Amino acid sequence: MELKELYQEIILDHAKNPRNKGKCEGYNHDAKAHNTLCGDKVHIYLKLDENKNISRLSFEGEGCAISLASASILTDTLKGRDLQFSKKVTDDFLNMLKNKSKITLNSLTDDQITTISSLSGVQEFPMRIKCATMAWHTLLSALEKKV
Amino acid sequence: MEFSNIKSKFPIFRQKIKGKPLIYLDSANSSQKPKLVIDEISRFYETEFSNVGRSVHTLAVKATNKFEETRDLMKSYINAKHREEIIFTKGATEAINLVANTYGEKYINTGDEILITELEHHSNYVPWHYLRKKKGAIIKFASVNENGEINVDEFKKQITEKTKIIAFTHISNVTGTVMPVKKVIDLAKSKNIPVLIDGTQGAPHSSLDVQDLGCDFYAISCHKMYGPNGLGVLYAKKHWVEKLPPYQGGGGMISEVKKDEITYADSPTKFEAGTMQTAEVVAFAKSIKFIQNLGIKNIEKHESNILEYGLEKLRKDNSINIIGNPKNRASIISFTIKGIHPHDIATILDDDGVAIRAGHHCCQILHDKLGIPASARASIGVYNDKEDIDVLSESIKKCKKVFQI
Repeated sequence: MELKELYQEIILDHAKNPRNKGKCEGYNHDAKAHNTLCGDKVHIYLKLDENKNISRLSFEGEGCAISLASASILTDTLKGRDLQFSKKVTDDFLNMLKNKSKITLNSLTDDQITTISSLSGVQEFPMRIKCATMAWHTLLSALEKKV
Repeated sequence: MEFSNIKSKFPIFRQKIKGKPLIYLDSANSSQKPKLVIDEISRFYETEFSNVGRSVHTLAVKATNKFEETRDLMKSYINAKHREEIIFTKGATEAINLVANTYGEKYINTGDEILITELEHHSNYVPWHYLRKKKGAIIKFASVNENGEINVDEFKKQITEKTKIIAFTHISNVTGTVMPVKKVIDLAKSKNIPVLIDGTQGAPHSSLDVQDLGCDFYAISCHKMYGPNGLGVLYAKKHWVEKLPPYQGGGGMISEVKKDEITYADSPTKFEAGTMQTAEVVAFAKSIKFIQNLGIKNIEKHESNILEYGLEKLRKDNSINIIGNPKNRASIISFTIKGIHPHDIATILDDDGVAIRAGHHCCQILHDKLGIPASARASIGVYNDKEDIDVLSESIKKCKKVFQI
């Protein structure tokens, strides 16, 4: 496993210029998490509308390149998507890191699949998997947690 | 013994990490073990093992004698006056918890003050926090200055008539600051306040004379002194071991047990409930002898040379921010690199076989004060050399390349 597979261009780009950072307006769900081992923090904000669509999605947080990129990619991919689909993508993402399975969802574009799959390099760095999964677990908590 | 050939005494250095030689710069976290310590554990289990202080058979006598020999060796190593002042614990953390639970239970009450510092490891804060919650005591923090130092005047400012104990680190595990221990102890003595020194980082890197220091308690972590894991030592002055109540209850620590009354053994047995770490204590004698053979003064000099070399080398790179600039510093360089999180630094360094620690190093109070969530830490042990620093420095350059900085 080469380092450059972990720190791919896409990941560095999202880490250096995270998308959807800050509190989104009118959020009605949120959740936060903290990795006590390393101090990484993430706080997910989202607006779930009456049609069960995540109409707004953003995050605040600090941490390593992997955790920032993962949160940024998450918000970029799932913003505007419906609840069931978002849960499915999250499951697929977590399975990708756990079982090395591929993400093959029909309603994601090839670009989106490439972007999410860029985080699969983390599989080879067991101590860093938590960095990549924290935002996604936090999204699941946020979906359950009304403000 | 020579420092030049010292890596050969540690079997761990025979292996390659990611195909490269292991550059171990994480000794402040835990030190590696020399072969003679590892061998002593096997030898003891193969030839002398038994529980100590209980049975009368041949093995029990051998094991008990070996166990108590380490106590005597430790007593002379830190120049304690009495052997009952040396209490074995499961680590420095338990040593501090022991004092918080016994001294704190007996002498600290509502409104009383515990003076610690912003440099403390969580193990010298959380036990006092329990006491704060339980007793309604107050914890005060001596402030660290911009260099990462805390001078004696800061302690003077914080001491009041309510101060019941001063507990602080000998050497910071983040900035490497060597604290003015003697001066603070003298100040505390003049006001009759007991002092606990967290010697977790102090004991492996500096010569110790607890009688000269005059501290009431000194906590030691054996696994950072090239010794076995799961072992610590609490030095507690004789009059305290006599006055303090027992810590944990169980076998071995009693004198007489009746249905309506229990009396306790004298120290150190009073504080060593249950079956103690046995092979660990026995093998720790080899660690002390290993340090004595090298000479602690020589170790100080050797590590200081590498530390200075490392500081000079890293300071040349403007993108590296070294945490703290204490005048008196030992064996630790913590740093950040602009634009690269410490965890990413640690992963990239690992790819070159360089082991460092990244995170808040159990010092969240200090990191909050510095306004950084985490730092990268390279810490030096007897087996390090200047070439290790060269590899570290090259590997840091690689971090910047990966991150295109």
